[in-house]
Amino acid sequence: MAINIWKYASPQAFFPLAGKLAPWFLALAGVLGAVGLYIGLLVAPSDFQQGDAYRIIFIHVPSAWMSMFIYFVMGVASVVAVVWRIKLAEVVAMQSAPIGAAFTCITLVSGSLWGKPMWGTWWTWDARLTSELVLLFLYLGVIGLYHAFEDRRQGARAAGFLAIIGVINVPIVHFSVNWWNTLHQGSTINFFGTSKIAADMLWPLLVLTLATKLYYVASLCRRARADLLALEGNKAWVHELVAPEVAP
Amino acid sequence: MSEVSLGLISAALLQRDLLLALRRRADVLTTFFFFVIVVSLFPLGIGAQPETLRAIAPGVVWVAALLASMLALTRLYAWDHVDGTLEQLVLSPQPLVVLIGVKIFAHWLVTGLPLVLIAPLLCLQFDVPGTAMGVMVLSLLLGTPCLSLIGSIGAALTLGVRGGGALLALLVLPLYIPVLIFGAGAVTASAEGMPAGAHLSLLGALLLIALVLGPLASAAAVRIALE
Repeated sequence: MAINIWKYASPQAFFPLAGKLAPWFLALAGVLGAVGLYIGLLVAPSDFQQGDAYRIIFIHVPSAWMSMFIYFVMGVASVVAVVWRIKLAEVVAMQSAPIGAAFTCITLVSGSLWGKPMWGTWWTWDARLTSELVLLFLYLGVIGLYHAFEDRRQGARAAGFLAIIGVINVPIVHFSVNWWNTLHQGSTINFFGTSKIAADMLWPLLVLTLATKLYYVASLCRRARADLLALEGNKAWVHELVAPEVAP
Repeated sequence: MSEVSLGLISAALLQRDLLLALRRRADVLTTFFFFVIVVSLFPLGIGAQPETLRAIAPGVVWVAALLASMLALTRLYAWDHVDGTLEQLVLSPQPLVVLIGVKIFAHWLVTGLPLVLIAPLLCLQFDVPGTAMGVMVLSLLLGTPCLSLIGSIGAALTLGVRGGGALLALLVLPLYIPVLIFGAGAVTASAEGMPAGAHLSLLGALLLIALVLGPLASAAAVRIALE
């Protein structure tokens, strides 16, 4: 028996599904996050050059990946929203933006905390740092434009269009380290060859990467549910859900 | 009904936009003097040592150009949106992309080109050497159309939005960053006696990309705004 996944593009079908899935994703994210942090902070060996300060990598790198990954998801969802006018895609794109902005903030702050002991400065105008800052501005632009419209669906389409334009920036963020290599260390993880990172340090990093992804899905499900209730407030299914006794 | 050629329509639209700008001279001049005043403020704030001024000149002139061009953007579509002209352009049988391109060109002629022309004078204020001055003019000539083309997307997206001005800055300035880097980079390189060709080539490449994508994206944004 094939399950028709397209059915879940309708807010009415998606709402209960997201409600069922969110706690599972959140629980898994919590367990993996705890395991990853435990191995990363307490079990993994110290770096022979950076000592224990390198352990910020376990927060910094997963957040940095998420900041770009969520922007990519937002861009794809925006294309779907702008081209096919699917309401759920608009919701996914717009509710991803604050989560992505939060991860970008975490990346910038943790990077700054890492930069102080390693480079002796909180901030430097290195290409990668600057690109990450620009990414934050792009997120803020999308969030700002979305909230500036009276009509939320028009706001979602305009902000989604802006997100699509900003997607050009995400590859620049990712490859900038190769373009203008300055102070930031080069990538240490290479999926298609030998990584330059010790396996003991790589495993907790990958576990935490998975944990942040799962957290994102859980958070997105819950945000989307809240947003759908507000967007669909005058629809019959919301009335039945919220106040079945007065539903028409 | 006879067919009207696209060239004729474009010429008429260009003439109309330039005429409107001429009638609203004060607005055009505001942008221009904003640019001049912002640039002139920096020596007062930082100090008038010639070597300092020479060092900051490319960045100051370019950032001021970015801000001036952004300030002018609100006028690109706002009036046409209010009086219904924009709707007529969308409804017309001519391709909207071309019409929007013409509007952006007209906008650049009245807001971007004056910045390019006054730049040598501002370079004199900052004691910028001759060759760097030439590179400054060239970089602005390549860069300010980029600013108009990219900014047009933001201007179209914020049509009919409350608090449009500040929001426009948030949308457009991050997208301006590559133009700023290569524009100011070209002048800095030239002032330090290095060839500016690479920066100018990249700026030219940005202009080509913006020429292709800017009107397309702006037309799509105008359609979203008029839904």
